[in-house]
Amino acid sequence: MNKSDTHYVRFLNVQKTYDGENLVVKNFNLDIAQGEFVTMLGPSGSGKTTCLMMLAGFESATQGEIYIDGTPVNNLAPHKRDIGMVFQNYALFPHLTIAENLSFPLKVRKLPKSDIEQRVKRALDMIELPQVAGRRPGQLSGGQQQRVALARALVFEPKLVLMDEPLGALDKQLREQMQYEIKRLHERLGITVLYVTHDQTEALTMSDRIAVFNEGVVQQLASPTELYERPSNAFVAQFIGENNKLSGQVEQINQDSCVVSVEGCSVQALPVNIRQCGEPTTLSIRPERIQINPDASYDNRFDARVLELIYHGDHLRTRVELMNHDQFIVKVPNGAHPLAISKGDQVQVGWHRRDCRALDAMIPGRP
Amino acid sequence: MKYEAISAGALDESQTIGTPSTNNSLKMQLRRAERWNRTRAFLLVVPLLLFVGVTFIMPIMDMLHRSIHDPLIVDHLPKTVAALESWDRQQIPEDTTYAVLAQELVSLHKQRDLAKVAGRLNTEFSGMRSLLSKSARGLARLNAGAGLESAADTREAMIRIDARWSDIQPWAAIKNLNSRYTLSYYLAALDMHYDVSGDISAQPERRQIYKALLIKTFAMSALITVLCLLLGYPLAHLLATLPESRSNLLMIMVLLPFWTSLLVRTTSWIVLLQTEGVINDVLISIGLISERIRMVHNLFGTVIAMTHILLPFMVLPLYSVMKNISPSYMRAARSLGAKPAYAFIHIYLPQTLPGIGAGAILTFILSIGFYITPALVGGRSGQMISNFIAYHMQTSLNWGLAAALGGILLGMVLLLYFVYNRLIGINSLKVG
Ligand SMILES: Nc1ncnc2c1ncn2[C@@H]1O[C@H](COP(=O)(O)OP(=O)(O)OP(=O)(O)O)[C@@H](O)[C@H]1O
Ligand SMILES: [Mg+2]
Repeated sequence: MNKSDTHYVRFLNVQKTYDGENLVVKNFNLDIAQGEFVTMLGPSGSGKTTCLMMLAGFESATQGEIYIDGTPVNNLAPHKRDIGMVFQNYALFPHLTIAENLSFPLKVRKLPKSDIEQRVKRALDMIELPQVAGRRPGQLSGGQQQRVALARALVFEPKLVLMDEPLGALDKQLREQMQYEIKRLHERLGITVLYVTHDQTEALTMSDRIAVFNEGVVQQLASPTELYERPSNAFVAQFIGENNKLSGQVEQINQDSCVVSVEGCSVQALPVNIRQCGEPTTLSIRPERIQINPDASYDNRFDARVLELIYHGDHLRTRVELMNHDQFIVKVPNGAHPLAISKGDQVQVGWHRRDCRALDAMIPGRP
Repeated sequence: MKYEAISAGALDESQTIGTPSTNNSLKMQLRRAERWNRTRAFLLVVPLLLFVGVTFIMPIMDMLHRSIHDPLIVDHLPKTVAALESWDRQQIPEDTTYAVLAQELVSLHKQRDLAKVAGRLNTEFSGMRSLLSKSARGLARLNAGAGLESAADTREAMIRIDARWSDIQPWAAIKNLNSRYTLSYYLAALDMHYDVSGDISAQPERRQIYKALLIKTFAMSALITVLCLLLGYPLAHLLATLPESRSNLLMIMVLLPFWTSLLVRTTSWIVLLQTEGVINDVLISIGLISERIRMVHNLFGTVIAMTHILLPFMVLPLYSVMKNISPSYMRAARSLGAKPAYAFIHIYLPQTLPGIGAGAILTFILSIGFYITPALVGGRSGQMISNFIAYHMQTSLNWGLAAALGGILLGMVLLLYFVYNRLIGINSLKVG
């Protein structure tokens, strides 16, 4: 693999401010390999769109360099970048028909007429909407518009496609279908995709790698598994998936284990980003990694009281009180041997040390 | 009480669901339920309807009526008109017709109504005013004296008073107005008339003014509309894309002209543009011109001042349309590979067409009927059709002609509206 394969898109120390006071994007670094599907995930206002706009050329980076395929693009006009883009609101041209929308990028590139017709037809077939060619965007449903927007971004065969929350306006079922469709197209065409969403499930299921954004900083850039299994800080742990948080203080710390005291109880945990004894920390445990009435192989076992049981079909969502903390969630799988517990029961809960990560003591607003 | 009645009805009909009458009864039910809403909506607009009817529809109807209603001659010279009924326009009428006219002229002279009648006939055939008053006076004197024995005597007496009575022209003028309803005002407004033989023909060259005036009014309005569009489009675009805080200030500046009197603005243009005015001073002092140019009391001044006054009417519809065009369309076009100019022409411009249409039609219609500004800064060459309407209303008192000119203006506006509707569709018009 040569350098431009692994560094097809490259953000190097990019900063952005709109008003000269607040940095919306702070020191952003990201390398995207050719053919990769990278998602930027983060809460609203964290600077995802801004990064996308800088890459597309609609905003200029206040500082830092952006490269595409090895060439710096900071001073390249948007129409010369050859980037397909799907906008949050689709941005299909309302006064043109679907076929005209799709042929727009081809006409701009002065392709021969017959070629254009053929490609438009192929694109419509690809999104399985050959019958809408003569309609206007206003006459399509949200999902259809979305597919057309996708086709328009792909019809001129760009190597890089940016998508800004393209599925934001769709209902759940359509969304899942479209996720699958986008993924399929990505694999078939071998394009590089930079995708923006604030839906974590979407990010987890679609991406090769995910950049978790908060306040203009990438909190963690890793594969979905990595991100879910091994979040590197409290923000990521909380943002991705469901998560139980226990605040405590480091009592003892080794290479691959530590002891954290929470409300007088000593909890065995895996040190992730703590450095010394006495430091405040947040313990993060996934609800599905907790066992009710565990056997002796579990390093952590504590008494708890069942506060609430919610039936979810495939699992039982159990809220227990533990260490003076009454929002502790345990997911009990509805397996072959369902547990016989009821509200108010005294139970034991337990988890392995490796599933309990000692992260930074998240200070609200500044992770 | 009312609601109870409705729900009771609804209950009855719900039992008939599934029978063929379901559809009908459902419709009736809906109509009954909505009747009160509709009545209320109507009552709410009744005052406005009355107001519009009295102050807008009725005057217009009256004006249109006046432009074709011309009972003066029929009312005041009824016997002459009747006597001329069978006249063939080939030679002078029979002697009895002379006698009838002489009698009616004398009585009109006595009742002091002659001036009106003579004035109206004079617009048909110039010279009629003097001819009629001279004849009436002469005939009255003769009547006071010996009197006239026979119809032939009367004819001779009249021809003696004025030789023009031996022509057919004065008679044709009277016959041309022999009906209460006539197109003669419209013909006059289009530089045409009924000639001696009663046919429609063009006015002699030197008396043609209105056709040229109509064309000039249209050309000036078109020019002003184009100028407003060229100046207003970039401004509206800026307004629509600037951040709120700054666009508000700019908007106030656009609206500022609305807060000052039209008269003040027009007269201030006189101050600026006059030969001894500021602009001439500046141009002379920087050496751009050596002789002062005449910029006001002519076409130039009218166009400048009206463009300034009508600009907001172009900017506001454009702004309201542009405000609703998401910037992501332009971005999408750029990202798809379009150069800025291409993206503008193919993506932005077509989406602003409803605004352009609304602004242009508004500006154009306002300017073809504009009065004050051309009256004040127009001089001779900058006069428009409305100034002539005012002239005929106030000075020449030829209301029929004024109404016909107004009617033509109205017709043109309606035609424009119709064409616009056909081409673009009036529903896409966005004014605010
Ligand atoms: N044109 C602009 N001018 C000034 N500030 C802006 C502008 N665009 C975005 N911002 C600010 O920059 C920050 C990041 O915005 P951005 O649109 O990148 O967020 P985002 O991550 O895409 O959020 P969302 O998920 O809601 O789309 C926000 O605080 C926003 O207020
Ligand atoms: Mg965004």
